[in-house]
This record gives sequence, C-alpha cells and structure tokens, in this order.
Amino acid sequence: MSSLDLSLPRFSWRWIAVWRRNFLVWKKLAAESIFGNIVDPLFYMLGMGFGLGTMLPEVNGVTYIAFLAGGTVCYSTMFAASFEALYSGFARMHVQRTWDGILNAPIVLDDVVLAEWIWAASKSLLSGVAILLVVLALGLAQNWLAIFILPLAFLIGLTFAGMGFIMTAMARSYDFFTFWFTIVLTPMVLLSGVFYPVGNMHPILQAVSSALPLTHAIELGRPLLLGQVPENILLHVGVMLAYGGIGFYIALVLFRRRLLK
Amino acid sequence: MREVPVLDAANIRKRYGDREVVAGLDISLRRGECFGLLGPNGAGKTTTLRMLLGLTAPDSGDIRVLGHPVPQAAREARIRIGVVPQMDNLDPDFTVTENLVVYGRYFGFKDDELQARIPSLLQFAALESRANSRIQELSGGMKRRLVLARALINDPDLIFLDEPTTGLDPQARHVIWERLRKLLNQGKTILLTTHFMDEAERLCDRLKIIDEGKTIADGAPRDLIREHIEPEVLEVYGEQVEQWVEKMAKPLASRAEVTGETAFCYAAHVQPLIDSLQNYAHLSFMHRPANLEDVFLKLTGREMRD
Repeated sequence: MSSLDLSLPRFSWRWIAVWRRNFLVWKKLAAESIFGNIVDPLFYMLGMGFGLGTMLPEVNGVTYIAFLAGGTVCYSTMFAASFEALYSGFARMHVQRTWDGILNAPIVLDDVVLAEWIWAASKSLLSGVAILLVVLALGLAQNWLAIFILPLAFLIGLTFAGMGFIMTAMARSYDFFTFWFTIVLTPMVLLSGVFYPVGNMHPILQAVSSALPLTHAIELGRPLLLGQVPENILLHVGVMLAYGGIGFYIALVLFRRRLLK
Repeated sequence: MREVPVLDAANIRKRYGDREVVAGLDISLRRGECFGLLGPNGAGKTTTLRMLLGLTAPDSGDIRVLGHPVPQAAREARIRIGVVPQMDNLDPDFTVTENLVVYGRYFGFKDDELQARIPSLLQFAALESRANSRIQELSGGMKRRLVLARALINDPDLIFLDEPTTGLDPQARHVIWERLRKLLNQGKTILLTTHFMDEAERLCDRLKIIDEGKTIADGAPRDLIREHIEPEVLEVYGEQVEQWVEKMAKPLASRAEVTGETAFCYAAHVQPLIDSLQNYAHLSFMHRPANLEDVFLKLTGREMRD
C-alpha cells in the first residue's frame, strides 16, 4: 500500500487555464446544455406542481408549485454539479486522458482538481440561471431576493462536486457512479424536503435529514423564492462548505494516489 | 570547464509493492543531443520518464532538469520542456488550432502570443490546411504531428518523446523522424523512448538499454554494436533449420540462436556459413551487418515480454 500524500492543497493561478478549457468545450455544446437545463426542471415543476398541486391546495401556507420551486432549484443544480464532477470529470481524467496532457505542462494536479471543482460549480451556476429564468417565467419568484439563488447554485455546486470527486477518484468505470446516484443522491432528494416538508416526516428521518447537505441548501433556497430572508444563513452555508471542502480534500488525496503514484 | 548537463538523474529508484521498477538509474543528457532510452515492455521506461517530469516522486536519488531540482521544482522545469506522450491525448472536442491555443494557455501564454506562434507550428507539422479540422478527421500520422506541434508550443529546450512513432505507417514514421532531426539541428535536446531499434539507431547520439529497472548497456549506437556483437549476421530460415544449426552453424559461427524456423548466426565472417548451405537447398538466407536490434535481443533475451 503506497503512502498517502496528505499535504494541504497548493494552488496557483494556472488553474484558470484549465477552467477555460472546460468552458470552451461547454460553449461549443451550449445550446443542448441550456436546453436541458431549462426543459428538465420546467417539466418537473409543471407536471408535479400542477398535477400534484390539484390534490394539495397548500403546503406550509403557499401553493404546492411555489413550495416545489425552491426544492427543484436545489436538486437540479445538485445533479448538474454531480454529473459534471463524476461523469464528465471521469471522462477528462481517465477516458480522454485530458488531465495527463495538462500535467505535462507546468500545471500541478492540485490546480487541475481545483479547476474541475470551480468548473463543476460553474455548471451548477449555469443550471441555476436557467432554472431561475423558468421560475421567473412562471411567476414563482416573490421579490428580488430570488437573485440570491445564483450564489446558492454555485455553493451547491461546490458542495456536491467536492463530495462527488471522491467517487471519481475511486472509479474504474462509469458504472461505479450508479451507486452514488441511487444510494446517495436519490434518497437525499427524498429526505431533504424537495417534494414535501421535512416537518411531516418521522422524527428519526427528520434527524437524518438535518445532517444532509441538500436539506441545508433547501433551507436557503426555498425562502429566497418565497421572498423571505432565510434563517440561520451562516449555519447552512457552513455545513455545505464543510461537506464540499472536506470532500474535496479527501478526493484530492485519492486523486494524488491514483495519478501521481 | 565541464558543461552542465541539461538533465541529470543520479541513482534514481522507484518501488511498487515488492517490485523495484527502477533500480538505480543514472541518466545525463548533453545539450543538443538525442538520447534514447530503450528496453522491453515493463523495463521501467515510462516510470523513469514520469520521475524526470516530476509526476512520480522517486524513492531515492537526485534529479535536476534544466537547472531545477525535480520533483520539488518540477513546475519550473516543465515550463521549458515539451512532452509527446505515448498515448494521444488531444482534445477531441476541439479543432487543431484550438488544441494548440488551449495547451498554450497552460503555459501562461496570452492568446495574441499564441495566435502569432501557431502558424509556424502548423507549418512545422504540415497541418496548415487542417487548422480548423476536428481531431476525429485527422489520420494517425496527422494526430502524431499535432501532438508534436503541441509539445513545441512553449519553444522548449528539452523534448521528451515516449514512443513517438508507435502505430504509424512507414511514411508517417519517416516524416516524424525528419521533423525530429530538424529540432535537433535547431539545438533542442531530445529524450526518446522507443521499441524500434532502427529508430534509435537512426536518431540517437547516445542511448541506454535498460531492463528490470537497471542499465544493461549504454553508449553510441555504433559503439554498442561494436562492443556487444559480432559484425556480421546470417539469418537462415526454412523447415528443420535446427539440423543445419547443430551440424554446421555451431562449429562455424561464434553464436547461433533459433526462434521458430529462423536461425540467427553471428560471426566475424559468415562466408563459411553461406558455403555450408549448399547442401541445404530448402533453406533460404539473408546476409546483413549486425544492428542495434541484435544487440538489444542479445542483452534482453528473445522471450516475449507482456
């Protein structure tokens, strides 16, 4: 067993060149990407919101679709960042060997992984922009506080990409990621109050829910769309940054073991 | 005064588990030379290159590249290095020009500097007409030339080539060789790994043959051939060549090896061997001077390596 390089990350500004590489690829395929970012949450909100909404006249004092909007923003951006960090990140690291090429230039692995992290958060932000447009078009934003959905989308990206990179660093093939999506992310969506209030669940599930990063994201996102300033902002941001930051550090150690052995 | 070597690695070692992949290698490159690192699969060539680039830390030993200690200052060293990797890792989403621009940014070049530099690189790689082609549209030889052009984006002093012509057809290999010679004429220093002995013999001023992580021979190709092997070779092939070898070749040649239906006979003079074939009409033969491949096979053996 090789020893692990546990040193703290050291970054240089060269990471920006790697971020720009990913951005240039995105620009080439932007139309398809934006289309998916808009249409997917739109269908969900329309289908669930107006479909289920006819049976649920009000949730926590607002229409069901207004309740759903905050959760949809959070879980859609979570998935956007996760797909980028796992599938696209793995493609660049392992399938296309893009990282190998970059590492032959004067760029070190820490910079590459940082660039991928910021890039995945950027994808989350781009997804957030698209969903915010849908929310505005449906008239679901109550006031200007809705604009804070954008920094939240970026933060959600950092949180879930940081954690997801652990899977990318350990993966032998794309199939491995099924575990993350089906065992981690999907249950999290069901436990974090996307579709129904956490307060209606069994107390044990509520306790589990309070430890999940997506719950904290929704605690910020839902009030923002309902026109209210969220409570305990620092707590929620802190929990999300801790998940993302610790995940990033563990992933970086695993990436070093994998690629610099 | 002794010239400072472009690259100097002293007694480098790397162990994975209980296997020592690199077991005490010394490598020193003079400015402007082409240095070949040869060895069978698994000899430790790629691990050695990774250590010289600072991508793998050696367990022990000292490495200095272009004046920088590696791996501590590998980033600084890599600013002046170009790398042609074994596996093409061009960006499939980009055009030829975009590949060069994006790679140049990794070195910190501004876009206008790159736009000024790229036409001459495309010309060097004979890809001017392909500037806006997608990577999937390029032939294997074109991709290889683009990888070479990409490695030159920073006008490097030192170029690492890891099996640069593997998988190319003869025409494409000759084009790569001609380009490498041009780079050497410009004063670049090249470190090359290859399986192809003709490539090494043609391009390298000096080379080192390694096996199981250790040096087993080094020197100029001609000197290695002179030192390690008889000057002439007779290749004899046909059914039951062994009978001829046992009866005739063993007494007449200084060394004879049989693989399959071919016998390789090494001698100072092979005329007596040729004469002895008169009674073996079913055997064909080829008489040639000894080459680097003969040295390589003598030193590393003929059995397959996977």
